[in-house]
Amino acid sequence: MLNINSITKGIVIDHIKPGYGIRIFEYLKLDRANFTVALIMNATSRKYGRKDMIKIENVIDLDLAMLGFIDPNITVNIIEDEKIIEKINLSLPDRVEGIIQCKNPRCITSEERGITHKFVLLDENKGIYKCEYCDQIYSWEG
Amino acid sequence: MLKGRHLIDPQDFSVEELDQIFSLAEEIINNPENFTHLCNGKILGTLFYEPSTRTRLSFESAMLRLGGEVVGFSEPSSSSVTKGENLPDTIRTVAAYTDIIAMRHPKEGAPKYASQFSNVPLINAGDGGHQHPTQTLADLLTIRIAKGNLTNLTIGLCGDLKFGRTVHSLIKAMSRYENIKFILISPNELQVPKYIKTEVLDRKLIDYIEVERLEDVIERLDILYMTRVQKERFFNEADYIRLKDSYILDKEKLKSAKEDLTILHPLPRVNEISMEVDNDPRAWYFKQVRYGMFVRMALIAKLLGVK
Repeated sequence: MLNINSITKGIVIDHIKPGYGIRIFEYLKLDRANFTVALIMNATSRKYGRKDMIKIENVIDLDLAMLGFIDPNITVNIIEDEKIIEKINLSLPDRVEGIIQCKNPRCITSEERGITHKFVLLDENKGIYKCEYCDQIYSWEG
Repeated sequence: MLKGRHLIDPQDFSVEELDQIFSLAEEIINNPENFTHLCNGKILGTLFYEPSTRTRLSFESAMLRLGGEVVGFSEPSSSSVTKGENLPDTIRTVAAYTDIIAMRHPKEGAPKYASQFSNVPLINAGDGGHQHPTQTLADLLTIRIAKGNLTNLTIGLCGDLKFGRTVHSLIKAMSRYENIKFILISPNELQVPKYIKTEVLDRKLIDYIEVERLEDVIERLDILYMTRVQKERFFNEADYIRLKDSYILDKEKLKSAKEDLTILHPLPRVNEISMEVDNDPRAWYFKQVRYGMFVRMALIAKLLGVK
């Protein structure tokens, strides 16, 4: 099995749905990081069968709402002295602002300059959001 | 308390608050002479980013009948919008001049966005294919007067249910009353949008069916809400021509309808209700237009807090 060294101080984003690791990697702009990062794809998971993981050898600000929005099953582990000092379980945020774009071409967000795209959670189980302005449905599953 | 509030979505107001508006509208209908000075010294701003003579005249007549004044534009080419002004700046400016604003915009959600920058009440007078809450108030008031209440009704909605914003608003509004059933009559291509089914009908466990032919269900209806199949909503001419005559109400279809059916239409009509139906006592759509003005009078008075 591929072996990635454990980190001394930093963050491990675990239990990412396979295929979503790269999205989070890109969202966190880790491709431009000047510290050690690892994106592990399709690792074996006792919980889910397969998972993606990201290890970050640094302390960075994470937007937990955004991570929860990408995948509510994610666990965020905060590491110090090679030990997990905090484990954060995520959930879908009630509101998502400035992250996703409304795809309705008739929505006011498609026309006005400087308007923030805002979505509110409609169905937690199905991960369905709606645009606060035009009610357009948004779901990660499509 | 309705004073100072915006009306963007029909669900912005509680059922009790809507009742207050309808009761005032009925008072105005019965004694219009008592309300002719209610809004003296008040100004309504009508911001019509898309032409709609009917709705604009209804708002303006409502304000003038209350003794108020009206300023505004009826198309964006006659405003600073053409100079590239953004919506927040236009709204802040107009809110500085007026006491209340009625706004129509071709983009969905524009009034909701605008209301965030308005310190006077802002009324959505229609936003694209999305919502048209004051039409809904007119519809509800007409149903209330025709039926005596807003409960225990089977409501048929017929025509373009996909792009017809009056339909979306009406479903949302009526779904809050007890024992309402919907029969949604449309071509498959023009069924109500998914969000209405997910957010309103399924969530509230409301009884509804979708059918293609009016004549199959007309005998079950207490209310029949006809809508225009709008040419501009179609992607191509061929589809429009194929579907436009599919849902026409005429005397023949009405033979099997209930004696106390109430026929509504947001107007303008093209040919979806045959003119031979106009003299039928079940045709309420011209009364509905007049009630639309009275209910806008009541709404303006309530939002301004003058009644």
